[in-house]
Amino acid sequence: MVNTTKMLGIVFTSTHDGAVPEMASVRALGSIPFGGRYRFVDFALSNMVNSGVTEVGLITENNYQALMDHVAAGREWDLARKREGLHILPPLDQSRICRGHLESMINAMDFMRRSRARYVIVSDSSVIYNMDYRPMLEQHIESGADITVAYQRKWLSVDAASHSTIFAFDPNGRVIDVMMHANVSGEFNSGMNLLIIEKSLLLNLVEEAVSRGEYSFDQHIIQKRKDELKIYGYSCDSAAYRITTIRDYYHANLSLLDTAVREKLFPTDRPVFTKIHDEVPVKYGLDSTVRNCLMADGCIVEGQVENSILFRGVHVRKGAVVKDSIPLQGTTVGTNCEVSCVIADKEVMIRDGKNLIGAATYPIYISKGATV
Amino acid sequence: MFQRKECVAMLLAGGQGSRLYALTRQVAKPAVPYGGKYRIIDFPLSNCVNSGIDTVGVLTQYQPLVLNEYIGTGQPWDLDRVHGGVHVLPPYQTASGAEWYLGTANAIYQNISFIDRYQPEYVLILSGDHIYKMNYDKMLRFHKQKKADATIAVLEVPMEEASRFGIMHADGEGKIFEFQEKPEHPKSNLASMGIYIFSWKKLREYLIADNADPNSHNDFGKDIIPHMLENEESLYAYPFVGYWKDVGTIDSLWEANMDLLDPRVPLELYDPTWKIYSRNPVRPPHYISSEAMVQNSMITEGCSVFGTIDFSVLFAGVTVEEGAVVRDSIVMPGTTIKAGAVVEYSIIGEDAVIGENAKIGARPEQIEDKDTWGLSVVGPGVEVKPGEVIPPKAMVEA
Repeated sequence: MVNTTKMLGIVFTSTHDGAVPEMASVRALGSIPFGGRYRFVDFALSNMVNSGVTEVGLITENNYQALMDHVAAGREWDLARKREGLHILPPLDQSRICRGHLESMINAMDFMRRSRARYVIVSDSSVIYNMDYRPMLEQHIESGADITVAYQRKWLSVDAASHSTIFAFDPNGRVIDVMMHANVSGEFNSGMNLLIIEKSLLLNLVEEAVSRGEYSFDQHIIQKRKDELKIYGYSCDSAAYRITTIRDYYHANLSLLDTAVREKLFPTDRPVFTKIHDEVPVKYGLDSTVRNCLMADGCIVEGQVENSILFRGVHVRKGAVVKDSIPLQGTTVGTNCEVSCVIADKEVMIRDGKNLIGAATYPIYISKGATV
Repeated sequence: MFQRKECVAMLLAGGQGSRLYALTRQVAKPAVPYGGKYRIIDFPLSNCVNSGIDTVGVLTQYQPLVLNEYIGTGQPWDLDRVHGGVHVLPPYQTASGAEWYLGTANAIYQNISFIDRYQPEYVLILSGDHIYKMNYDKMLRFHKQKKADATIAVLEVPMEEASRFGIMHADGEGKIFEFQEKPEHPKSNLASMGIYIFSWKKLREYLIADNADPNSHNDFGKDIIPHMLENEESLYAYPFVGYWKDVGTIDSLWEANMDLLDPRVPLELYDPTWKIYSRNPVRPPHYISSEAMVQNSMITEGCSVFGTIDFSVLFAGVTVEEGAVVRDSIVMPGTTIKAGAVVEYSIIGEDAVIGENAKIGARPEQIEDKDTWGLSVVGPGVEVKPGEVIPPKAMVEA
């Protein structure tokens, strides 16, 4: 029996366009830490469960140890279920290198066939936002679309545009033009790598396209078949961050210092779930100064922090000054250090007295586990 | 067929904690929030799993709803087990009738069949009233090594405070020869911590005899331990060294929270080998604004701070608005301190609202008559009106 409005979710956790290479070299894109205590994939998974989607396939392609460790059985998202729940879908054939999301979807075919859902919502981990998918499904059903793609109208730099899929719509909202890897800048309808499609159609499209050697969903389905398929846009007003470069990463994190952004990304009725670490609350010492910061549990602050996002278990020692920076989980900033515009990946040790000064337009990135 | 468990823990969590007044009107004492993100019961539960004890019965009676929901399947403490795990045990009806738990020993008596299901060699009796980190496995090894019938964890307390506790007199080997419950003139300063290990066979006999005795209070301290001593059973005192605090009063609850801010106090919560687990709130990291001043404090997830925080503990989801001041205070989950309000030497319960420019409590040095000074308590869910003044030592309830 097919439930007429039931959705199943597909979440991609890897990227095929080399996003954030510094951080993605040691982990799958979905497991890149974000916002003090989250990972990219938390937003995709939380959006699913907060939208009533309780059957989610997580497509993992490579380097997914940290990701598996993070999501495990999906308990934190309430997806550790006897019925439905989270399904991790690693490659069926390890030797086959997938070139795009369309091609890697072959690893989810059996999972989708077994589901009783009528619709599939396909998202990935490279765009961070908090949204309810149900209104999008409603629009999809009402419009009679074959595919509904979510987008935001916003200003794009050349860099951002080259990583975005850009849509043009007719007055009814139907897609009439699709640009990819465009060397442009300006205000555009920027795709959010999020679409709704009926499951039976998706299965057919994937099988057909892959048999022809096609691999990119945006290029070989959306762009190539826009005239024969009814593809409509859905405008999303959530705060959304596409993260493709380390600078995107830096600015998206620091934008969380804006209360309005936090309210959009962490509304109380749509919480973002993540793995629990049982960290102790943050302890502020006698001589600590802290201004305009987002602080995750487990931190110990004895120095000065300003305009920064501190991930879990960061230790800022006496006399240290941390400004405009993003120290990730377990980083220690030694006594009398001065750190500005720095992204320190997990478990970085910045020894006493070191000065590291980056620029907002070019933050310094220190790789995981490094000692400075 | 059940596998045997070597040791089963029984956690007495039915206490009303009446000296916490407004804070325990709706919740049992073990469910009282502590230390920013914990509840008191997190400590004995975490100690159990960290000590390798995976079967815990939690005896509830007074206001169990919050506690029941909090414990749930026991997953936050890794106590959701295929065999064993945590079990909430309220009093229940039997063919012969139904009875409330009449005392600590009676509560265990009524659950003899629960313990028997695991056929344990030993039973560990705990209470849900104390903040401490302790390896019960070390105590169990001590119990086995001494071939004791009962082992009682003891702590050296200052002699002048000894009359508040059950006091043990033990020889050089730790063998207890006398026990005094809250003695006027204590002969020793070894205080019972309310943590017992019994050899189950022996305790089972005593529980049955105790239940048959109409004059008994059905209490471990008043009845079981004295009877065992009378009968010359082998009782040992296990010396515990470390932080241990009863949080049974408003003052001691406040002190125990403030201890977390004092680097000299030996309660290390950051120890990765002995984590204290809790049911974590699903909240974003906390935010400290540009105008905020934060020092000497503990703050956890979901808080938003725009005012001044000094020597205070903020629990999950507390908002402190612009110009508000929180000093030497504890603010429990979900509470909002509105703009301009001043909170000093106070405990603010869960989901309360302190109106704009309200003033709660006072510093002791601001008060001439020291006898009128004390901590102020605003109970859970109370809405203090803008500009209202709650004097020191006052207690406001919803």
